[in-house]
Amino acid sequence: MTEEPAILPSRSRLAVLRFGERRIAAIPILELTLFVTFALLPLAIADYLTVFVTRVLIFALLAISFDLVWGYAGIMSFGQALFFGTAGYTVALLARDLEITSIFIVIPLSILIGLGLSFLLASFLLLGRYPPTTIFVALGTLTGSYAADRLARGWYYLGGQNGIPSIPSMTAGSYEFTEGPVFYYLAFATLVLVYLLCRFVVRSQFGLALAGMREQESRILFFGYRVQHLKAIVFSLSGAVAGLAGGLYAFHEGFVWPNVLGVVLSTQIVLYALFGGVGTLIGAVIGVIAIETVSFWLADNYQDIWPILLGLLLLLVILFRPSGLIGLIVSERERIGTFGGPHESSDRRQGGSGGAA
Amino acid sequence: MALLEVKGVTKVFGRLMALNGVDLTVAGGQFHGLIGPNGSGKSTLIKCIAGAEQPTRGTISFAGRDLSAAPPQERARAGLSLKFQITSVLPALTVYDNVLLALQAKGRISQLLLSRTRRPLAHKVMTMLEQFRLAERADEPAAALSHGQMQWLEIAMALALQPRLLLLDEPTAGMSLEERRVTGELLMPIKQQCSLVIVEHDLDFIRDFCDVLTVLDQGMVLESGTVEQIQTSRKVQEVYLTRV
Repeated sequence: MTEEPAILPSRSRLAVLRFGERRIAAIPILELTLFVTFALLPLAIADYLTVFVTRVLIFALLAISFDLVWGYAGIMSFGQALFFGTAGYTVALLARDLEITSIFIVIPLSILIGLGLSFLLASFLLLGRYPPTTIFVALGTLTGSYAADRLARGWYYLGGQNGIPSIPSMTAGSYEFTEGPVFYYLAFATLVLVYLLCRFVVRSQFGLALAGMREQESRILFFGYRVQHLKAIVFSLSGAVAGLAGGLYAFHEGFVWPNVLGVVLSTQIVLYALFGGVGTLIGAVIGVIAIETVSFWLADNYQDIWPILLGLLLLLVILFRPSGLIGLIVSERERIGTFGGPHESSDRRQGGSGGAA
Repeated sequence: MALLEVKGVTKVFGRLMALNGVDLTVAGGQFHGLIGPNGSGKSTLIKCIAGAEQPTRGTISFAGRDLSAAPPQERARAGLSLKFQITSVLPALTVYDNVLLALQAKGRISQLLLSRTRRPLAHKVMTMLEQFRLAERADEPAAALSHGQMQWLEIAMALALQPRLLLLDEPTAGMSLEERRVTGELLMPIKQQCSLVIVEHDLDFIRDFCDVLTVLDQGMVLESGTVEQIQTSRKVQEVYLTRV
């Protein structure tokens, strides 16, 4: 018979269960629903829509990359397109000039380019002697994105304003990944893997440090956390995810142009995450789905005024629901979650979980 | 050898000289009380020691290391731990997570990424929460605690860092008489764990467990000595009787 543990009175145990039930109620259900829907979607929709949803999946990776930095680490990055576009341009050049299209080279390379470039930028913006302000990092990343856009527009080798068209397909041996269901499932599998990896990170003890940093950065300095290192790690991870998305995008679309590096795309990524709701990974994915679907529908039905309608819609959500769409169904408490609890105390605990994911 | 040596620390805010050449020595295992009237520089001194403020002049050595220019995180890693005057627990996190956050702070990033210490630290977290009478509320957000409990939680977090020197800035501020009494009981066992510098207005509260008292007045050390010496000091009595 299990003895009632002294450190876990019944009232507290009930709180754990209630807490667990609340958590399970929204986020995991949303995650499961969305990913099962994505898994089945190509079976139910036309090919041209599969191509559209593939783009949504790739942009979902980008939105997650922004959510990591802003929603979890409090770094306002207006430069996610820089990592996305640089990786896209690099693999496009490799494919065009060296005929290197192997997925085993171009995808790891995209990740490395995003990782390396973001780490380089983090070294300048985040790893100085004094902690940088939000506006300093926002302007620094914005400048990087803008400069890359201008550079690409003026550089003949990169195709100037027209970019690099007709990129050959990505290959695995003799197999070619052309747009359609196969590329869709490649993007889907990538999204699932990245999502799970990021989920693991943000729910880990490292995630708890990030939660503390987001809550009160100045406080956790006094615990001994090297806050700037934590930020640089998250920024680099997010750059790697954006780079991966850029590599996929270049081969899926078959062309890259300066806009994939620039401020417009960088801002669009910010809007995806804010619209869906930052601080939950699934919120960023929902933001992309909502904005891209509404844009698609508006562009079809209200060709002349759709950007104005979309802008108004975004404004309304950001003004009246700052926590984004996810805030309609997920409570603040569930968004933050827990990272441990009395049930972790293994030598004196009784069964049942219900804490952090 | 002294654990903490503060020499000639001066802190100027604009035209205000908050500290003026303050010297303070804390030996290992010592409980050191800092008292003085409002505005005498007690909190500024403790902030300078913890790294929340940079002294304008003077040096701060800890365990033989000059930490005068070190940022707060390096001082924390060296073994200094601060409990702020204004309660600064993390209200959105659970009580449990607040303590875990402090306990895991010195872990390597790879350990944190893989959650290697989540289970091993669980027992320690609960022991600390029991010690500070918060175990029953482990799963609740820290925001749900009463003011006194938040102060206890913050002391628990400061202690969780396993410091060599704990700096407490008015731990009983805003507490009821009963909470004050309990706080005194909670602080007693700390003596076996680390040294302590405590800022407190209430002389009655700290006289029971402080070995040495330093009295600050207008940014300068007025007197330093045992509780008995301070209580009989004419200079201290003048300051307390005329200004407190």
